[in-house]
Amino acid sequence: MSEFNPNILAFCCNWCSYAGADLAGVNRLQMPPNVNVVRVMCSASVKPEYVFKAISQGIDGVLVLGCHIGDCHYLTGNHRTAKRIPLTAKILEKVGIDPRRVQLDWVSAAEGEKFQQVVTQFVDDIRSLGPNPMKEVRF
Amino acid sequence: MLRIGVFVCHCGHNIASAVDVDEVVEFARKLPGVVYAGQNLYSCSQEGLGSIKKSIEDNDLNRVVVAACTPRTHEPLFRRACEQAGINKYLFEFVNIREHCSWIHAKEPEAATGKAKKLVAMGVAKASLLEPQEEGESAVIPRAVVIGAGISGLAAAASLLDQGIETHIIESKNCVGGLLREVAVIGPEDIDSRNLINSLEKRLTSSPKAHLHLNSRVKEVKGFVGNFEVTIAKGDEDITVQAGAIIVATGTREFQPAGEYGFDEYPAVITQLELERRLAKSDFAASRMAIINCAGSRQPGREYCSRVCCNASLKNALRILDKNPDAQVTILHRDIMSCGAAAEELYRRASERGVRFVRYGLEKRPQVHAKENGVVLEAFDETLDETIDLDLDLLILATPLVPPEDSVETGKHLKVPRDKYGFFLEAHVKLRPVEFATDGVFVCGSARWPVSARECIWQGQAAAAKASIPISEGKVRIEAITAEVDPDRCAACGNCVLACPYEAIEIVEHLDTMAAKVNEAQCKGCGTCVAACHNDAIQQKGFSSRQLGAMIDALIRTATEGTQ
Ligand SMILES: Cc1cc2nc3c(=O)[nH]c(=O)nc-3n(C[C@H](O)[C@H](O)[C@H](O)COP(=O)(O)OP(=O)(O)OC[C@H]3O[C@@H](n4cnc5c(N)ncnc54)[C@H](O)[C@@H]3O)c2cc1C
Ligand code: SF4
Ligand code: FES
Repeated sequence: MSEFNPNILAFCCNWCSYAGADLAGVNRLQMPPNVNVVRVMCSASVKPEYVFKAISQGIDGVLVLGCHIGDCHYLTGNHRTAKRIPLTAKILEKVGIDPRRVQLDWVSAAEGEKFQQVVTQFVDDIRSLGPNPMKEVRF
Repeated sequence: MLRIGVFVCHCGHNIASAVDVDEVVEFARKLPGVVYAGQNLYSCSQEGLGSIKKSIEDNDLNRVVVAACTPRTHEPLFRRACEQAGINKYLFEFVNIREHCSWIHAKEPEAATGKAKKLVAMGVAKASLLEPQEEGESAVIPRAVVIGAGISGLAAAASLLDQGIETHIIESKNCVGGLLREVAVIGPEDIDSRNLINSLEKRLTSSPKAHLHLNSRVKEVKGFVGNFEVTIAKGDEDITVQAGAIIVATGTREFQPAGEYGFDEYPAVITQLELERRLAKSDFAASRMAIINCAGSRQPGREYCSRVCCNASLKNALRILDKNPDAQVTILHRDIMSCGAAAEELYRRASERGVRFVRYGLEKRPQVHAKENGVVLEAFDETLDETIDLDLDLLILATPLVPPEDSVETGKHLKVPRDKYGFFLEAHVKLRPVEFATDGVFVCGSARWPVSARECIWQGQAAAAKASIPISEGKVRIEAITAEVDPDRCAACGNCVLACPYEAIEIVEHLDTMAAKVNEAQCKGCGTCVAACHNDAIQQKGFSSRQLGAMIDALIRTATEGTQ
């Protein structure tokens, strides 16, 4: 069997986590190449539907990254993210998907190293979970 | 009909050293809707932009995808190029294959190329669904805030005031001047720092448009370019200032080399700033001295050159000799960085007047031993290839400038990044030197990188010039990324009304029923309402659910087709 190379989707908000990812790049912090970033303006705009779609069609893991609580560029946007994403993971758990496939974290514009660490850890976690079982029955 | 053009950038070696650009171009050419795929050595150069514009015209493109660096710094440039070539700038999509790919997978060219393909496929998928947009405008508050009243902040404030712009200056100490208050003479030009600070301070105190807040700090920053709200904590009181632009001039501090070269252990071992303080007094008396340059810099963990210390050492060696012509002064260095005509002249004068230069290396650092009323310095002179002992009354450590302790907090308040040493990072070293990637926030002086007082003034004035652009224009364009309701899908449940952090949505009558409506001028484009809607009845322009869905599809498709 060929080595499992997870295909991962990450949503990063424009103001903190996307900037943190940029900073990781500027500082040449190396990390596994499995995470593909989609830029959104705020983590609060990430619909559970995107997560459901990605997971049901075989993406191995979804990472949602926003500003730290209190730092959201849109005041309280990420308070909603903080409730919505864990709930999304819970719903997936009910249908038999390991909730660890969906994770939420906070990365500020200054935390290039944290971005590196979160990405590396998430890829490790997904590797240990193995391929998304939905891959074979893609809708 | 879709006519998408894809431009993949080499960014010199920055991208091309890890990503196989030819392969990505070939891949892009086959993506649905793509009629042109090409590459540029530097897409953001005049040449690169010119070739993109030409390809748009030659190939009659109606969507443009550039795979290069980060939209946070370069999007405006490419959007402008699209506009100049006659396409609405919202038909442009940016794919980041540098910060998010080549730079972070530098040693895995195959994987980096595979990932670049996925990212390009996602960008093309989104571009296929982009629509042209019109921008709105919003008024700019004609007021600026400068944080820090060192020489950079003072220069910035004076320059803003010269332009007639009302300016609030926030300083955490009880006086202005910053580091220079303790540096009596500014080298290499030998300028009296007190005079300089006083003359700048006078420009503030004499202007009715200047508001100096001493003993104050920034507590909170909200808002956007043109419309910031800065909360200042002044003693027990909180003051709120509305401003159109913010300049960060929070400066630096001198590194305290705890435990190095006998610092903290022997009273005869001091830092250069302490030497500056002592030299400013009339009773300075020491006759045998050595200055160790690069004490704590250009070594693992703090690799940078602090730039100001070599010149300060030369300046101070000469000042010591002016006070006591019989003094013996030795400068221990690893290289003398005295660039520029005036600094080179200092170096020449110091050599002429008998200052002894000893070159040391990191492997055999000078050692400090105890002695009554002083220290003995044992140093290995690399040029002579022998060890020398120096009997000293005073040993001075020229330590580097490091960021202030609270710069983490300052960075957080303003949502601006710092480099690995903690200095603030501008948007682009060459294209946008005193600007942050966040619009309306600027940086100057040693907050950005250790620089001379003269450079602090240049940068303060440059930041002021940049900050005055939106203020003098009086308005900024609002990016067309606002939310829009499809009234026919809306059930008027009111979820979005509660979700919006800006109270930008209300329920209004629509035909014979009710529906939500977004007030565009109030909408900041966060998309919170979009995720709160159960009917997919609200879409954010440029981030619609179809666009993001298409990106997810493209990611899955590319991975299954085996580019990994
Ligand atoms: C020993 C020594 C000798 C030097 N000699 C020379 C020389 O001969 N020639 C030369 O050109 N340069 C010299 N320099 C360098 C020069 O002094 C500095 O580069 C320059 O003073 C920096 O100015 P600044 O305004 O950028 O920062 P600073 O002088 O550090 O001013 C920053 C100000 O911001 C305030 N501040 C910081 N954070 C906050 C906050 N969060 N809120 C509110 N206020 C805040 C600080 O209290 C301070 O007043 C020397 C430096 C040293 C250490
Ligand atoms: S996008 Fe944000 S600011 Fe605009 S209406 Fe929706 S929730 Fe309010
Ligand atoms: S803008 Fe980053 S979480 Fe809202």
